[in-house]
Amino acid sequence: MAKLTIEDLKKIRESAKKSTALREGETNVKITVHMGTCGIAAGAREVMDALLEEMAEADRQDIRVVTSGCMGMCSSEPNVTVEMQGKEPVIYQHMDKNKMRQVFKRHVLKGEVQTGFALARVK
Amino acid sequence: MTVRMDLLLCSGTGCQASGSLQVRDALKRELARHKLENEIRIIETGCNGFCAQGPVMIVQPEDIFYQKLTEEDIPHLVEEHFLKGRPVKKLFYKEPASAETIPSMDDIPFYAKQKLIVLKNRGVIDPENIDEYIARDGYIGLGKALLEMTPEQIIQEVKTSGLRGRGGAGFPTGLKWEFAHKAEGDVKYALCNADEGDPGAFMDRSVLEADPHAVLEGMIIAGKAIGAHQGYIYCRAEYPLAIKRLNIAIAQAREYGLLGKDILGSGHDFDVEIYQGAGAFVCGEETALMHSIEGKRGMPRPRPPFPAQQGLWKKPTVLNNVETYANVAQIIQNGGAWYAGIGTESSKGTKVFALTGAVNNIGLVEVPMGIPLREIIYDIGGGIPKKRKFKAVQLGGPSGGCVPERHLDTPVDYESIVKVGAIMGSGGMIVMNDQTCMVDMARFFMDFIHDESCGKCTPCREGTLRMLQILERITHGRGDDGDIELLEELSDMIKNSALCGLGQTGPNPVLSTLQYFRDEYEAHIYEKRCPAKRCAALLDFEVDVDQCIQCGICFKKCPAGAIRWQKKEPAFIMKDQCIKCLSCITNCPVDAIS
Repeated sequence: MAKLTIEDLKKIRESAKKSTALREGETNVKITVHMGTCGIAAGAREVMDALLEEMAEADRQDIRVVTSGCMGMCSSEPNVTVEMQGKEPVIYQHMDKNKMRQVFKRHVLKGEVQTGFALARVK
Repeated sequence: MTVRMDLLLCSGTGCQASGSLQVRDALKRELARHKLENEIRIIETGCNGFCAQGPVMIVQPEDIFYQKLTEEDIPHLVEEHFLKGRPVKKLFYKEPASAETIPSMDDIPFYAKQKLIVLKNRGVIDPENIDEYIARDGYIGLGKALLEMTPEQIIQEVKTSGLRGRGGAGFPTGLKWEFAHKAEGDVKYALCNADEGDPGAFMDRSVLEADPHAVLEGMIIAGKAIGAHQGYIYCRAEYPLAIKRLNIAIAQAREYGLLGKDILGSGHDFDVEIYQGAGAFVCGEETALMHSIEGKRGMPRPRPPFPAQQGLWKKPTVLNNVETYANVAQIIQNGGAWYAGIGTESSKGTKVFALTGAVNNIGLVEVPMGIPLREIIYDIGGGIPKKRKFKAVQLGGPSGGCVPERHLDTPVDYESIVKVGAIMGSGGMIVMNDQTCMVDMARFFMDFIHDESCGKCTPCREGTLRMLQILERITHGRGDDGDIELLEELSDMIKNSALCGLGQTGPNPVLSTLQYFRDEYEAHIYEKRCPAKRCAALLDFEVDVDQCIQCGICFKKCPAGAIRWQKKEPAFIMKDQCIKCLSCITNCPVDAIS
């Protein structure tokens, strides 16, 4: 590898920061995939995979993907909750990979709530 | 696929000893079983500091702190938390005082009161990945020093910061660099002292394991400041993990051209080699250390000439401690004034301590200078376990002294600690409760000093042996009238005539225990009694029937089966079978055995 200049060093810093952003970067959006036994049985795993693929494409370091257990509404699984900074969380129901991709592209990236898939808006 | 979760698993020597490698393997296995291996990453970090709770792991982005993990916990943890998102409460930290569980690391009192400069990357980065160090502004200070500053400006910045040698003596670092900078000579050396030898101290080891690049960056900057192109890290071979991570760090830095010729296009050349020491305590002394690197026997020589004029291979040399170097890059990056804003009038910045002994939270702590000892021991350390009473805290290892209860509000700075009879030292902090015999403690340190004396000068070689013999007599119940005075006379003589720091400070543990606990020496000599019940030769090993609460703990703890006990009856020690191991006395909740 060629010797670094100070500019190269700063470039490495920026790209490495993306890789460590989970540990210290800011969070603007939190997406929760509900992965209780019922969620997994209903297909939450596929939803998660689709979401993570979308994440890789979007290259945004301020979005956190977390899992959580059953919300008690097993019949509406797979559920996904999207919380955007300063807005009320939105819970989506009966998700699949295509719906997940749509929610990510439209709601998470553009801020358009996909009312058709929504279960509720949490007050 | 995107990584959605980082598991920062501590892989310092402490956590490895308590099983973090097995935990890592179990994590890998379970993550693969649930097909989570591509979305959840395991990062093996350096020492996180909270060694007593090890193995520890922080889960990000949720900031959840797990502790005392075992291989058996992992299947449940992976399924519940990492798959289903339900953090496992039983693996949270439990505050000993309130029995409250605390999920987040920042809320744990042990961490909350610390201020991290030297340890800012501990537990946050993978020490074997240079990019993660760079992500946290690593080598940015180096860029500034090499491309924008003259050697004089670097020295001035370090002087402004007020940084003093963290090896213990506290010599101003900027001044040391200035002497070496001004010394004539085209070949100079920058050395790093990683020969940490005080019993119970592990600050430098942890820094090297958790953040080796911070030390390298400080050394390269020192090289530019004094005009050196070669550095050596003198590290004891007893630190295999530190050496392994240093070697990886050096190789990565070389690959990036951060070590070698024309660093960052600045025209400055600098390279580093590791020299492994065999673990002799005296090789932490600067002239002995240099002799050792030269391939000679590690023995000190008189100074002057000082190393800044004639050091390694008689060339001008700067030697700084690991922790000192780890401060340098941030001083250059943020400015000396920023650093000088932390701490007290005479002592700036922070200090890392290895907190150990009779204290709840054993581990590595970094605190701002000026913090009272009491806060370190009670707020960060969580106080004394088992409702025992605090007796003294020992600072500075075999060269240091102890501080009793009445001086616990002494602030941590170089001068204040000397005033109460101890020294800042390299950072060993051993807390002792009322079960510690101060004469026995002095004997332990004198045994260490005598063992480690290189034998070159008579006062240290013979004097420490004589002192050890006297202390052994006293603790074996054969102390005589006049022994205390003889100890004082010998101490005075050794301090004033020994060649190097090892001998000159060797009598300190005796002098400081005599200053605060003379009554214990007198009890041993004149009453043949050990007040702390530690010196087996002075104990009867008899149960006081009136005091005994008939709990049977001594019976259960005795390894020799020498105690007779039944429910609702006091214990009885059968002396012919007793091996005098003290486990009954240590564990008796009411001190009924003497």
